[in-house]
Amino acid sequence: MIELDNLTKVFDTPKGAVVAADHISMKVPSGEICILLGPSGCGKTTTLKMINRIVQPTSGKVFINGEDTTGMNTQDLRRNIGYVIQQIGLFPNMTIEENITVVPQLLGWHKARYRERARELMAMISMEPDAFLKRFPSELSGGQQQRIGVARALAADPPVMLMDEPFGAIDPINRAVIQDEFLKMQQELKKTIMFVSHDIDEAIKMGDRVAIFREGKLVQHASPDDLLAAPKNAFVESFLGEDRALKRLNLVKVHEVVSDEIATVSPGDTLETALARIDDYGYQNAILMVNDQRQPVGLITRAKARTTKGYCRDHYENVPGTVTLDDDLRKVASLMFSQDATWLPCVDDDGRVCGQITQRAMTHHLGSRFRAREAATRNPDSAVKE
Amino acid sequence: MPIQSLKGALRALLLVTIFFAGVWSQSTGVIDDFIFYLPDVQYLAVQHLWLTVISGSLAILAAIPLGIVLSRPSMTRWAESLMQVLNVGTTIPTLAVLALSMSFLGIGTVPAVFGLFVATLLPITRNTYTGLKGVDPALMEAAAGIGMSSNQRLLRVELPNALYVIFAGMRTALTINVGTVPLAFLIGAGGLGELIFTGIDLYDPVMMLAGAIPTALLAIIVDALIATVAYLVVPRGVNPSRA
Repeated sequence: MIELDNLTKVFDTPKGAVVAADHISMKVPSGEICILLGPSGCGKTTTLKMINRIVQPTSGKVFINGEDTTGMNTQDLRRNIGYVIQQIGLFPNMTIEENITVVPQLLGWHKARYRERARELMAMISMEPDAFLKRFPSELSGGQQQRIGVARALAADPPVMLMDEPFGAIDPINRAVIQDEFLKMQQELKKTIMFVSHDIDEAIKMGDRVAIFREGKLVQHASPDDLLAAPKNAFVESFLGEDRALKRLNLVKVHEVVSDEIATVSPGDTLETALARIDDYGYQNAILMVNDQRQPVGLITRAKARTTKGYCRDHYENVPGTVTLDDDLRKVASLMFSQDATWLPCVDDDGRVCGQITQRAMTHHLGSRFRAREAATRNPDSAVKE
Repeated sequence: MPIQSLKGALRALLLVTIFFAGVWSQSTGVIDDFIFYLPDVQYLAVQHLWLTVISGSLAILAAIPLGIVLSRPSMTRWAESLMQVLNVGTTIPTLAVLALSMSFLGIGTVPAVFGLFVATLLPITRNTYTGLKGVDPALMEAAAGIGMSSNQRLLRVELPNALYVIFAGMRTALTINVGTVPLAFLIGAGGLGELIFTGIDLYDPVMMLAGAIPTALLAIIVDALIATVAYLVVPRGVNPSRA
């Protein structure tokens, strides 16, 4: 756990004192990633760097796992905090192995132990130990270097990590890959992480919580979903962007919205049965046809069922696509838009139909949070008027 | 192809020139004259090298710590002014420095070593300082952030990354040093300058060349020697000659 208590930094500049961080108080629970987000010069990096004293706080306290760090020796403090920076900062004079074992060496581990650890770390970041350990940083690509940077920070298994725009200098494709890898690692490692970013999409993707900074002040500290659904003020709202409702699509999984009520027909049914079932359930366009294993095979359209006689197996059309329970709504929406569909069947791990997801359900789910907030803000107003 | 054949032609020309130079020197007896000076050359070259080794090592021992001290963040305010003082020190001609040191330290080896020391000091200090200052600030932040003390940062990060530049400084300085040692003869410290200056005074070109050519060769050898040491000592990741 990281806890900041009224952490403040005042820089003395020739033009007078500048408050870079103004009484920042916040908590990051153990095992969570907290993203510090804001425009440049908002104090997020200063706040981060006060935790490991790269920037000396003017006042205020930092607690790590409940322990006040004020009295701790700076070197000991830092060796127990993993630190990743945007410029990566691998030591070009050392091999990859030397780079990632720097902290264990500083901590006085035995050679056999830290060499073993180097191999473990390489496996963790999915890089081949034999191919890379003896190479120098200049021989690696930017993405590989940053993986090593993360491995170096993890080397002594610190409970807490500070990351200063760690993936900012990597091209978008590699960045997404590294972000995914990192999240996967984090699921096992459960580090408490503070992470500076200026990229709202990265924050939503990576953060359990997001803290928005402006001019040295902490403006809002909430889960990404709360933040997008209920921005505290106009600044946060504009920072999140006008498409913030769309950004929430990333955060909601299909299983939160899926309706398990879905009528189907089998290939042996007649088109009459299909038409009756379409009308019974009030479907507008079509009904899904499944095989014996309840796997989706095709669609029977209303137009076809009404004008033709025969069996479903002879008159079906292709299914536009299926989604799984773990997909996020962004993927679903994209599929719907590209296929001009208003609903999609949802399948489980074995490919069996287990429900459906409709545009209506999605907009309803996303909208409910916004409506709840509007109701909440409207009521106090009306109370004042009375 | 044209470049290849041009190179070949130049090489052939060079060989022919050397051959005729050999023929000429043999026919005029210059080679015998040189051989006449060989024992002198051997004795003086050793003396010459000693002057370089002593003044050079003293300069290295003083200049590197000085460069390190000047590059510390706490010295930022003074460093540039001190470097300027050293710069002014170097603009004084070595001959003048030797003359000055002679007036304080008398004649012989000691004032010569001191004069050479002063002349060699600056390039090494300058390169040590610049090399250390030139280490990427991101590296320093990373090093501090993972919990290195300032000494560990200096030894494990700063010096290895500045080493190539420091060696470049030593190369320049010691090559100049070897070339300057002949002046030390003027204040009675011996060295190959003895043949050069006496040769000039006696209008004896062979004697002069018997001092000048070995001096030039020594300078080249010292340069190559330090380049080799740099090649071996500077870590591979930050060594442009091994990239």
